[in-house]
Amino acid sequence: MRVDLEVAETRPVALRAVDLWKSYDEGTVAVLKSVDCEVFAGQTVALCGPSGCGKSTLLHLFGGLDWPDRGLIAVNGVEIDRHSNLLRLLRHEVGFVFQLHNLIPDLTLAENCLIPTVAAGVDRQTAMTRIRELAERTGVSHRLNHRIQKLSGGERQRTALCRALMNRPKILLADEPTGSLDEQTSNMVFDLLLDVVTAEGITLLMATHDRSLAMRCDRLVEMHDGKILEHAYAR
Amino acid sequence: MIFLKLIVTNLRRHGIRSLISVAGIAFSVAAMLTVVTILQGAIGMFSRILSNDSEVIVFERDVSDLFFSNVPVDAAAQISSWPIVAHANPVLFGIVSSEGHPIITCFGVTPADARIQKAEWFLGDRSNFAQNTDDVVLGTRAAQFLSASLGSRVQIGHATFHVIGVLKTANGFEDGGVFMPLASAQSFFHKEGTSSVITVKLRNKDAFATFKNMIAAKYPDLIALEDTEFTRSYSQFRILKATAWAVGGCGLLLGGLGVANTMIMSVFTRIREIAILRVNGFSHMQIGGVIFGESAFVSVFGAVAGLLFGTCFLYALKLIPALDGYVDTNLHPLLVLIVLLLALLTGVAGSLYPAVYAMRVRAVEALRFE
Repeated sequence: MRVDLEVAETRPVALRAVDLWKSYDEGTVAVLKSVDCEVFAGQTVALCGPSGCGKSTLLHLFGGLDWPDRGLIAVNGVEIDRHSNLLRLLRHEVGFVFQLHNLIPDLTLAENCLIPTVAAGVDRQTAMTRIRELAERTGVSHRLNHRIQKLSGGERQRTALCRALMNRPKILLADEPTGSLDEQTSNMVFDLLLDVVTAEGITLLMATHDRSLAMRCDRLVEMHDGKILEHAYAR
Repeated sequence: MIFLKLIVTNLRRHGIRSLISVAGIAFSVAAMLTVVTILQGAIGMFSRILSNDSEVIVFERDVSDLFFSNVPVDAAAQISSWPIVAHANPVLFGIVSSEGHPIITCFGVTPADARIQKAEWFLGDRSNFAQNTDDVVLGTRAAQFLSASLGSRVQIGHATFHVIGVLKTANGFEDGGVFMPLASAQSFFHKEGTSSVITVKLRNKDAFATFKNMIAAKYPDLIALEDTEFTRSYSQFRILKATAWAVGGCGLLLGGLGVANTMIMSVFTRIREIAILRVNGFSHMQIGGVIFGESAFVSVFGAVAGLLFGTCFLYALKLIPALDGYVDTNLHPLLVLIVLLLALLTGVAGSLYPAVYAMRVRAVEALRFE
């Protein structure tokens, strides 16, 4: 049953976009056109819409990977701009999962997962404990010392999920996380993703084409042609 | 550990390319080592010729080369009589050619010269030296390439000389030379009444400043230098050293360009990987560190390989009779350190642009890069 967004929300805002504009090619290709959006802490939100509607761009802006032409972005109440501490944002506030797993093929599963901890200066023992915990939870603990080339598509995406959560980020930004998987594996990976973010109280903003997965999130945000058309509670 | 693995993994991923870079640095280091060592060997030998049982050299002021120096031979006699002087010997250098041998170094010396008195005489008797004007003594290598022995007559330049002895000195340069009485050498080289230098041994080394002042006062056209000071300041040596380092430097520059090429290719082929590191919180410095780390690996391996290769090459050169004495296989630790540091510096300099490029990679664009 869908309900209007006007439902009273008491949780703090994890992600906020106000009058966000973004274009490419010197302003000739407008991707985001006055986007306003709020995601509350602990919510799971699906961003749906056709290809090129601006879903990935919005995720990149929230993650500090790109800058808006105009407008405001705030993550956990802190406004993000070019002068912000982006390293802190990437190391501790947000984690990314992409459609293509974006793992380093020559490294093992464990080594790939260690990358964010090396960046953040986490000690190895703490990092290894966290890897085992996440690998156990996502069912890849038997593959810790296997190279990425030896893993299946589902295992690779689960590894990417583990890596994204290594430094215990408060927000997970997922760009078509199951887009490259078959239906069965896709469901299995998404189940795990939801389990983990729920268990760890993580805010999830996920771009997806898959309506069936989107409907399993707390909220669904519909985008079209760079604009948000509809906020709806999916469940 | 992961940092190191990221570095090594990429080098292994492009093994052949990495190997070519290592070889580039290795050959550069070996070339620099060989050229510098041989030239230092040659300079050392020439210095030892001058410092044979002496510690001070007196020669004509402001000459570009000792071969052009003219020191009045009677000055040697006067200097010898000074109380602070143990002995002073005039030496005349000259270069002549003979059939098949374009360069033969001749030494015009007195019978009292340390070269005649202290060398090991294989053939002949040192007491016979300077008995006749056409007598010469040959170094063992000179005797070999002139196919001469005791009693032979050898053609040197436009004259024929009688070989009255063959001697072996510790100096390879002298070993390939011809020793003739000073008067004969003066006549042969049309330098009557002069020598090239006077080699001086003082009774007390501390008296050098006094000796130098006495030379300046008595012979304003001459200059006295201690051996070490001479080696340091002699323009020919400086030119040789500068040339050696310049040749070696060019080699390293080429090696550095090789590293730069490798690192640029390395960065371009792993743009996506760099973006992944950025997304996972790697700072610009950490990404630069990975790139610099790779080039440091290449440079260090190249330098070590170059040192090994260069040393082996020097040992091989030492086996060549013509280079006897020129090559010193005992590498000076400072030289090794300088060469290693230069190689490392070259590698780091070569990776400067690739590192800056990698640090500027925008993750959002690079993640779209296929």
